[in-house]
Amino acid sequence: MYKLYLELLVTFFKIGLFTIGGGYAMIPLIQQEIVRHGWLTFKETIDIIAISEMTPGPFAINAATFVGVKTGGIPGATFATVGVVLPSFIIVTLVAKYSARFKDQPLLQYALYGLRPAVIGLIASSAFLIARATFFMTPSGSVCIFADIRNVLKMVNWRAVLIFVVAIIASLKYKIHPILLIVLSGVLGVILYSV
Amino acid sequence: MDKGDKLKKIRKLFFVFFRIGAFTFGGGLAMIPFIKREIVDSNHWIEEEEIVDIFAMVQSVPGVIAVNSAIFVGYRIAGIWGAVASAVGVVLPSFIVISAIALFFSSFKNIPVVARAFEGINAGVVALIITALFQLIKPSIKDDYGWTIAGIVFAIMCLTNISAIYVLLASAAAGIIISYMKKRKEA
Repeated sequence: MYKLYLELLVTFFKIGLFTIGGGYAMIPLIQQEIVRHGWLTFKETIDIIAISEMTPGPFAINAATFVGVKTGGIPGATFATVGVVLPSFIIVTLVAKYSARFKDQPLLQYALYGLRPAVIGLIASSAFLIARATFFMTPSGSVCIFADIRNVLKMVNWRAVLIFVVAIIASLKYKIHPILLIVLSGVLGVILYSV
Repeated sequence: MDKGDKLKKIRKLFFVFFRIGAFTFGGGLAMIPFIKREIVDSNHWIEEEEIVDIFAMVQSVPGVIAVNSAIFVGYRIAGIWGAVASAVGVVLPSFIVISAIALFFSSFKNIPVVARAFEGINAGVVALIITALFQLIKPSIKDDYGWTIAGIVFAIMCLTNISAIYVLLASAAAGIIISYMKKRKEA
């Protein structure tokens, strides 16, 4: 049990240390780590994103708490959550203490010049990988290319595609709130998967 | 500042950030006006000009905005224990809610209606991420170098099993190298 607690602490410390650009950018890293440890399946990690959107707190922290509870109960959740917050705690208190004009450091600015576009690439990849796991009825690995193109159309989950189209229009064109978007797609899921 | 006064401040920090934590739905930039109202307007803990610097700073270090702001403000107001109280305060509401959900989620998802709802929600999540992607492109990508980095990162993440950590480290290095090259060209 103590080994699990330590593993949760270390893994989520690592995730916390590399949580740059907040929220969505960290989805790929969190999914990689959680699935690699066998704590949850890829599909289950998508559920956490939805739950995160409907409850208080950012995704990285919610994911830590959720995985911690699932694997090691409330103590597990405590270790995972402390782990994900600890890097920020150390770095931010150091910055607050020395109060250097931190954001004016040129090296940091240069690094961010490369990191900001990388965050876009990360978010795009998480959209792609989640879309593939949702729109196609295939086991989700991490390879993009489908082995057999002829079977692709047969495997398309048309209900999911339809819900996505409605949701993306509601979101981009009518700018509905993320919580409403989740509720809307949930209701559509109940209706479409019942027929 | 005497000891009782400090203790009072630490307790206040905890409750203010507990409230902020309870309302950080979805997290991220949407939280900034809310944090500012509590910290600057209601409690006068930090000056208006300084909070802008704080928000810029907390976005350029690891971590999420709400938690980083809590730690920074807590430390400024009441030292290390102020930082601890604020951090615990801001995380606790989601910790309680998510723990409760995680404990019951498996049995909850076995209900057919709920399972169908989550099938739909998965598709909605894709729309949500794409929306966030579109909003972030403009402030994040300034030139062709940016597009190139974004494209390479996307390809690596989709086609390989390489950890996002290495991808981020390489991107930071690329940012530093390109910036130096550009500076040299200017000089």
